[in-house]
Amino acid sequence: MKNQEQALLEVKGLKTYFYMDDNKVAKAVDDVAFTINKGETLAIVGESGSGKSITSLSIMRLIQSPPGKIVEGSISLEGKDLLKLSEREMMKVRGNDIGMIFQEPMTSLNPVFTIGNQISESLMKHKKMKKKEAYNKAIDLLKLVGFARAEEIVNEYPHQLSGGMRQRAMIAIAMSCDPKLLIADEPTTALDVTIQAQILDLMVQMKEKFESSILLITHDLGVVAEVSDRVLVMYGGQVVEEATVHELFTNPKHPYTNGLLASIPNIDADVERLESIPGSVLPAHRFPKGCRFAPRCKHVMDKCRESNPDLLETETNHKVRCYLYED
Amino acid sequence: MHGHGRALVLSLRRNVEMHKYITRRILQFIPMLFLVTVLVFALAKAAPGDPLTGERLDPNIDPEVYEIRREALGLNDPLPVQYWNWLSSVATGDFGKSLQYTGRTVMELIQARIWNTFYLSLFALGVTLAIAIPIGIYSANRKYSLFDYGATTFAFLGLATPNFFAGLLAIYVFSLTLGWFPAQGTTTAMSLTGFELFIDKLRHLVLPGFTLGLASTAAYMRYMRTEILEVKGSDFIRTARAKGLSNESVLYKHTLRNALIPIITLLGLEFGTLLSGAIITERVFNYPGLGTLFLNAIQNRDYPVIMAINLILAVTILIGNLLADIFYAIVDPRIRYD
Ligand SMILES: Nc1ncnc2c1ncn2[C@@H]1O[C@H](COP(=O)(O)OP(=O)(O)OP(=O)(O)O)[C@@H](O)[C@H]1O
Ligand code: SF4
Ligand SMILES: [Mg+2]
Repeated sequence: MKNQEQALLEVKGLKTYFYMDDNKVAKAVDDVAFTINKGETLAIVGESGSGKSITSLSIMRLIQSPPGKIVEGSISLEGKDLLKLSEREMMKVRGNDIGMIFQEPMTSLNPVFTIGNQISESLMKHKKMKKKEAYNKAIDLLKLVGFARAEEIVNEYPHQLSGGMRQRAMIAIAMSCDPKLLIADEPTTALDVTIQAQILDLMVQMKEKFESSILLITHDLGVVAEVSDRVLVMYGGQVVEEATVHELFTNPKHPYTNGLLASIPNIDADVERLESIPGSVLPAHRFPKGCRFAPRCKHVMDKCRESNPDLLETETNHKVRCYLYED
Repeated sequence: MHGHGRALVLSLRRNVEMHKYITRRILQFIPMLFLVTVLVFALAKAAPGDPLTGERLDPNIDPEVYEIRREALGLNDPLPVQYWNWLSSVATGDFGKSLQYTGRTVMELIQARIWNTFYLSLFALGVTLAIAIPIGIYSANRKYSLFDYGATTFAFLGLATPNFFAGLLAIYVFSLTLGWFPAQGTTTAMSLTGFELFIDKLRHLVLPGFTLGLASTAAYMRYMRTEILEVKGSDFIRTARAKGLSNESVLYKHTLRNALIPIITLLGLEFGTLLSGAIITERVFNYPGLGTLFLNAIQNRDYPVIMAINLILAVTILIGNLLADIFYAIVDPRIRYD
């Protein structure tokens, strides 16, 4: 099994900092490393402010600079370090090798252009298609993401579609150039529960059809359990635990992960349930010196406040960043 | 095939909806126009004095004669009758005779000047758009750069400087001191023809045109900068960049198209601002347009002229609004046609 797995994206030692007006530095992503294999769905979970979006935007190199900057690390896509590409070369990666969809389907499409126009654009840019060809391809893509009236939708404007339909259109855009990786940053958070399931289904279908991988960002462990192969738990701009989905749910190690899992039962109270971990995430410019979870941890020890533990592989394919598991 | 047919029908339906909307806006324009004529008439009537006030004060004129003239001018008729008479002649383009330039019809006076004012306003509008839009875009893209600070300073100065002062300053610097441009009138010599005449007229437009355009250039620079910055921060711009589009297509297609929508609406209101600004500017540059005519008419209580120009001003403002609404409907698909 293991040797068959081929790495698609390898992130190593990624640090993305924000330099704020008052000379403070927000270490929003601080030494993050992970790998996504071909055909795999990797989920990143964590509370608001844990650095999930900044991690995904760093991969796309869409961090607004200033104030943000990727200060260290490497992000290689099939061996090619994206951080070493010129901006022009990076444009050929965005939308082509990596497609991305966002949380806010209501505002993520340009209100003044038709859906068809916005899908065609990618095809014309990356696949060098002519207008008419791209238009026809856009109709095919819309059919693929489940629009029965694709021929009409292609000429409609975003405001004519519902949230779920817009997210389908976003998926059509993201998949238009047959990307190797689809990054989905909380793609269902803003949608109704019934629609959420449909969109997740669609993403999995698309992944299979296009043989791509997915990086799925969410704070919903239910979603994680449903679609992902492996999970990365993030806290305070760092990965605190990494394991397969099965392993994470059956054998969670990090106190933070345990806290997240303990709060699952009230499945309907989507937001509140994260509050069962006392305290809240500090903003990235106020992280404590030692373990970043220390102020909220039940098992906190003296050394936790002194220095930050490393992310160690304590069992095969299971990594955790906590002194409880260091000998 | 069937599908394409339906798509075509749909896009036609949107066009039909839009045409209906535009037709309805034009129909709404008619009662507004009517209301404006009532207002213009009422204002003229409410103003103290009448066309003959000046003569009545002249002791050499027999009050009897004065009464006869009033009767002849219809000034003793009931107001609605007076209004109706005035409106029906106006409808045929007859604004009556000027009281100040005896023997000339108001129409003649206006025709001789309206084009000058039109060219002046057009020049000012051209200056505004040609300067404000590129500078606004450039400023937004280089937020807090030296250029941006420079543009901001210019904008505040431009907005704070009264029209007449800017005009006098322009005359002093560019005409009297540097001698680059003429400061008065519309042409240098009557003998010029063809291309030379065109250039000469253009040179005469430069100083009053820039003066008239100054305040709106300053304002539109700021609008443009603000709009671009606001649109740049929106989610769909992030989407556009995530699609791998070049900076140019993100800016000129996705950002600009959205940023220009509110600007177009503002431009509709600009018509009125330009015309009223022209009144002062024309005076400063002794430029023979409607503004100069208007000020003279006010000084001489030349009511038919005042009413005609008021009407032109009001109608221009109405048309500006109408055009803004129509453009808005064309460029913003979110407009609901109901
Ligand atoms: N422009 C910025 N300036 C300063 N700090 C920033 C900036 N952007 C992000 N951060 C910091 O980075 C942290 C992580 O942000 P990020 O958007 O990645 O969180 P997230 O995990 O995606 O949360 P959410 O679930 O709310 O989307 C924030 O809490 C904030 O402290
Ligand atoms: S290192 Fe210490 S504080 Fe941090 S999670 Fe482990 S036990 Fe808690
Ligand atoms: Mg986020």
